[in-house]
Amino acid sequence: MNPHVDFHAIAPEIVLTATILIALLVDLIWPEHSRAVVPRIASLGVLGALIPVITLINDGATRSMFGGAFVVDNYALAMQGFFLVVTYVTILLATDYIGEGDYHQGEFWVLMLTSVLGMLVMASSRDLISIFVALETITIPTIVLAAWRKHDSKSNEAAIKYLIIGVLSSAIMLYGMSLVYGETGSTLLSNILVYGRFHELTPLYAVAIFFTIGGFAFKVSAVPFHFWTPDTYQGAPTPVTAFLSVASKAGGFVGLLILIRYGFWFSHEAWEPVLWFLAAASIIYGNLVALKQTNIVRLLAYSSIAQGGFILVPLAVAYQAGVVSLQAVVIYLCIYAAMNLGAFACVIAAARRSGSREIDSFSGLGKTAPSLAIPLTIFMFSLAGLPPFAGWFAKFVMFRAVLEAQTPAATVLGVIAALGSVVAFFYYATVARKMWFHDPVDDTVRETRTPLGLNVAIGLCTAIVIIVGVYPQFFARIGEWAFPG
Amino acid sequence: MDWFDSWALTLAVFIPLVGMAIVLLIPKAEEGLIKVVTLLTTLVTAAVGIGILANFNLDSGRLQFTANEEWIKVINSRYHVGIDGISLPLILLTMLVTVCCVIYSWNHFPEPHNPKAFLALVLLLETGMIGTFVAQDLILFFIFFELVLLPMFFMIGVWGGPNREYASIKFFLFTMFGSAFMLLSFLAMYFLSKVHTFDIVILSHLHGAGIVHGTQLLVFGGMFLGFAIKVPMFPFHTWLPDAHTEAPTVGSVLLAAVMLKLGTYGFIRIALPMLPSAAQSWAPWIGLLAVIGIIYGALCCLAQRDMKRLIAFSSVAHMGFVMLGIATLTDFGINAAVFGMVAHGLITGMLFFLAGSVQERYGTREISRLGGILTQAPKLGWLLGFSAMASLGLPGLAGFWGEFPAILSTYEPKLPFGLWDGSAGTLATYRTFMVISAIGTVLAAGYLLWMFQRVAMGTPKPEFENAHIHDLHTEEWIAFAPLLLLIVALGIYPQLLFKMTDLPVTQLVNGMTRALGLG
Repeated sequence: MNPHVDFHAIAPEIVLTATILIALLVDLIWPEHSRAVVPRIASLGVLGALIPVITLINDGATRSMFGGAFVVDNYALAMQGFFLVVTYVTILLATDYIGEGDYHQGEFWVLMLTSVLGMLVMASSRDLISIFVALETITIPTIVLAAWRKHDSKSNEAAIKYLIIGVLSSAIMLYGMSLVYGETGSTLLSNILVYGRFHELTPLYAVAIFFTIGGFAFKVSAVPFHFWTPDTYQGAPTPVTAFLSVASKAGGFVGLLILIRYGFWFSHEAWEPVLWFLAAASIIYGNLVALKQTNIVRLLAYSSIAQGGFILVPLAVAYQAGVVSLQAVVIYLCIYAAMNLGAFACVIAAARRSGSREIDSFSGLGKTAPSLAIPLTIFMFSLAGLPPFAGWFAKFVMFRAVLEAQTPAATVLGVIAALGSVVAFFYYATVARKMWFHDPVDDTVRETRTPLGLNVAIGLCTAIVIIVGVYPQFFARIGEWAFPG
Repeated sequence: MDWFDSWALTLAVFIPLVGMAIVLLIPKAEEGLIKVVTLLTTLVTAAVGIGILANFNLDSGRLQFTANEEWIKVINSRYHVGIDGISLPLILLTMLVTVCCVIYSWNHFPEPHNPKAFLALVLLLETGMIGTFVAQDLILFFIFFELVLLPMFFMIGVWGGPNREYASIKFFLFTMFGSAFMLLSFLAMYFLSKVHTFDIVILSHLHGAGIVHGTQLLVFGGMFLGFAIKVPMFPFHTWLPDAHTEAPTVGSVLLAAVMLKLGTYGFIRIALPMLPSAAQSWAPWIGLLAVIGIIYGALCCLAQRDMKRLIAFSSVAHMGFVMLGIATLTDFGINAAVFGMVAHGLITGMLFFLAGSVQERYGTREISRLGGILTQAPKLGWLLGFSAMASLGLPGLAGFWGEFPAILSTYEPKLPFGLWDGSAGTLATYRTFMVISAIGTVLAAGYLLWMFQRVAMGTPKPEFENAHIHDLHTEEWIAFAPLLLLIVALGIYPQLLFKMTDLPVTQLVNGMTRALGLG
C-alpha cells in the first residue's frame, strides 16, 4: 500500500529542496557566476517556499500524513513561516560578507538552506525518528558552516568543538529515544502521549525523558550543555553565528516544544524539574558570565544562552500554565529573532568599519556612525527587555506564564528570571555606554559603506522591534493562532 | 468640544513625541530651528494642558478626558487614559517644567553641546512622564514608567559630570531592579483578581477583593520595590545623589521635579486602592522608612560639600514627608502628599536651576569655594535665598503646605479620616513619627540656611574676587518666573491645589475604608 502523500502539505519542503538542487547545479555549471547568482537563487527560493506556507495558512485545515508522524497544523505553519522569514533576513545580512571572502560561495548557501530544510521538517514532525532526522539535518550543515573559513584556525576550532559536543549529545538523545521506544512501544508522539496519560511514571521512563531532553538542551545551548556555544560563536563567520543563534536555536526550541506538548506532556513530573533547572541555570550562568565579556560576539553568545533560559521558563511551567506558556514560547522566539538578528547585523556592519569585534572598538560609534549606533542601541535595550522595544513583551509573556502556573516552583523561577533580567541590563547597557559615552579610540576606518542588504536587514529588524514594542498584538496574534486558547 | 474630551490626553502625551520626530528630521546644523521647534512643541503641549484645566470639572468624582481603546487584546490590556484631580496638577507641573527647561537651556547646552539630541531626549522624557500620569491601565502605566529611563540614562551619561558613567548605570540598574518586581506584581494583580484585567479603575474598585492577606502583602511588596526606588525612599535612595550630582542641570530639574513623583504617584494611584488591606499592614513600615529618610537625608545634607548633592539629599528628606503623608492613609495626609509632590517639584526644580546657574558662572558647585554671591550677582543670590526659604517650609510659600499638614496628619491617623480604629499602638507609633519628622523640619532649616549663608553671604573667595560674574540672563528670568510665581501663589492660596485633590483623595480613602469594612 502506498502511503498517502499530500503534496500541498509538503510543498514548502519541496520548493526548498528544489532550490537547494538548483543552487548546487548553478554552482557546478557556472562557478564564475555563482558569487552573484546563488544568493539570489537562495533568497528567491526562501520566498518561494513562503508561498505554499501562506496558501496552507489560508486553507486552514490540519493535514496529517504517514500515520500521524508528519502533521501540518497551525503551530507547524507558524514556525515554518518564522524559519523562512528568519532565513531571508539571514541571507540579507550574509550576502556581502560571504561574497567578499575568498571561499566557496555555492556550498555556503546550499548548506544553509539544507539546515533550513531540517527546520521546516522539524516543525511538522510528530515522531521521534523524524524529529531526530530533522534535528541532525539542522545541525550537521551548521557544523560545516562553522568551519567555513577553513584557513582560520579559530573557525576550525569552532567546528570541532561543535561537532564533538553535538555528536555526544546526539548519542545521548538517541539512547534516550530508544528507551522511550522500549518503554512505550512506539516512536509516534501521539502514542507516547497516550502512554504517558495512562501509565505511572517509572524511573526508567524518567531517565529516558531526561536523556531525550538533554539532546535538545545542547541544541538550544542551555547550561550545562552550553560549552560549545561561546567558542563556536566567536570562531564561526559572524553571519553563521547569527544563523546559529537564531534560526538553528529556534529549531531546537521548536522540536523541544513538540516533544513536550505532543509526547511527554502527561509525564510532567519527569520533564518539569529538568527544564526548571536548565532554565534557572542558563539565566544565572549566562547573565553572570556575560558581564565579563570584552568581545561583542562572545557577549551575544552568553546573552543568547541567557535568552534561551528565558524561553525555557514558560516551557518549564507549561503543564500548569497551559496554552499561555506555549504561546509565550512562540512569541518569545519571534521577538528574539528580530532583535538578535538586528544586533548581529549591526555587529557585522560595525566590524566592517573597524575590523574588530572587541566591545572597545564600539567606542564613540554614536559620534562616528549614528546610523549604526542607534539601531544597535535599540536592539541592546530590546534584548534587555526595556519598553517600548519589543523585548519587553517577550519578557512579559514569559512572566505571565509563570504567574498563570501559580506554583511555588514557578514563582521562584519567575524571581530568578526577574533578577537575571536586571543583571542583563548591565551588560547590554555597557555596549550602549561604549557607543555613546566614550570617545572614539581609533579613527582608522577600513570601510564606511554599509552594503544595501545589511541596511535592509537592520531597517527591517528595527521596524519590527519598535512596532511590536508599541503594538505587541501583531506578534501576540501569531502565538494565539499557533496555539488557540 | 466632544473631540477634545476624548483626544486631549492623547494629544498631550504624543505631541512631544511628534515634536521629537520632527527634531530628529532637522539637520544637526540648524540649531536655531531645532530649538524653536522644541519650544513650540512644549508650548503646544502646555496649551493642551491649559485647555484640559479650563474644561476640567472639579466637582466630578469620575475620571475625565477618558479614552479607552483596544490595544493588546491577547493580554486584555487596553489603551485607557484618563485623569482626576490627583493626576491633573502633576501633568500641568510636567508641562510647565519642560517648557522652563527648554527655555533655560536655550543658550546653555552642557558639553558636548549637541542640542538636537538633547532636546529630542527632553521631548521623549515629556511623553513618558505625562503618559505615566494619565495611564489607567497597568501595562500602559508600566510602558510609560519605563520609557523615561532611556532618555534620562543618556542625558546623564552623555551630558553629565565627570562621574557620569557610574551615575547613569546606577540610576538605570536601581530603577530596573524595582520595576522588574513591579511588573511581577502587576501580573499577579491580573491573575489574582476576580476580573482578569489590567484596568486600574476596575482593579481599584475591586480593592483586592478575593486575594488573601498574605498574598496581598507580597504583591504590595513588589509594587513597593518599584515605587519606593523611584521616590526614592531610604534605603533605596543611594542612586539619587549620584544621578543628581552628575546629571546636567536640566536633567536634574526634570528628575527632581517630575520623575521622583512617578513613584509617589504610583503609591496613590495603584498600590493603595488596589490592595488596601496590605497597605494598612505596610503603612507603619513605610512611615518608619519615611521618617528615617527625613532625618537621614537631613543629616547627610549637613555633611555635603557640593550644592547639587546637598539639594539631592534634601529631596530624600522632602520625599520622606510625602511618603509619611501617604503612610497615614488619611485623606488629610494624602492631600498633603500630593501638595508636597507639586511643591517639591517647583521648589527643588528651582533650586537645581539655580545650582546650575551658579555652576555655570563659577565653574564649581563646591560650597567651600563659593561665597558672596549676593555681592557679585545679587539677583541670583536672592533667588537662591528665596528658594531655600521655600524649601525649608516657610509659611506663605508652597513648601509649607506640603510639609506641615503631612506632619499634622500623623497626629491622628484614625477613623473617620484614616483606616485605623485608633488602637493605642498605632497612635503611639505615628505620634512618634510626628515628633521625629518635626525635628526634620528644624534640620531642614539648618542645612538650607547654612548652605545659603556659606555660598551667598560674606565676601567672595579670593579665587573669584575679580571674576566677572554676570547676574541672571533674560532666558533665566523667563524660565524661573512661572515657578517663582507658583511657589508664592500656592503658598498664599493653597486652596488652588487642594480643591483639585480633595475630592479624589477623599473618595480614595472612603473606598479603602469601605473595602476594609471599617466605614
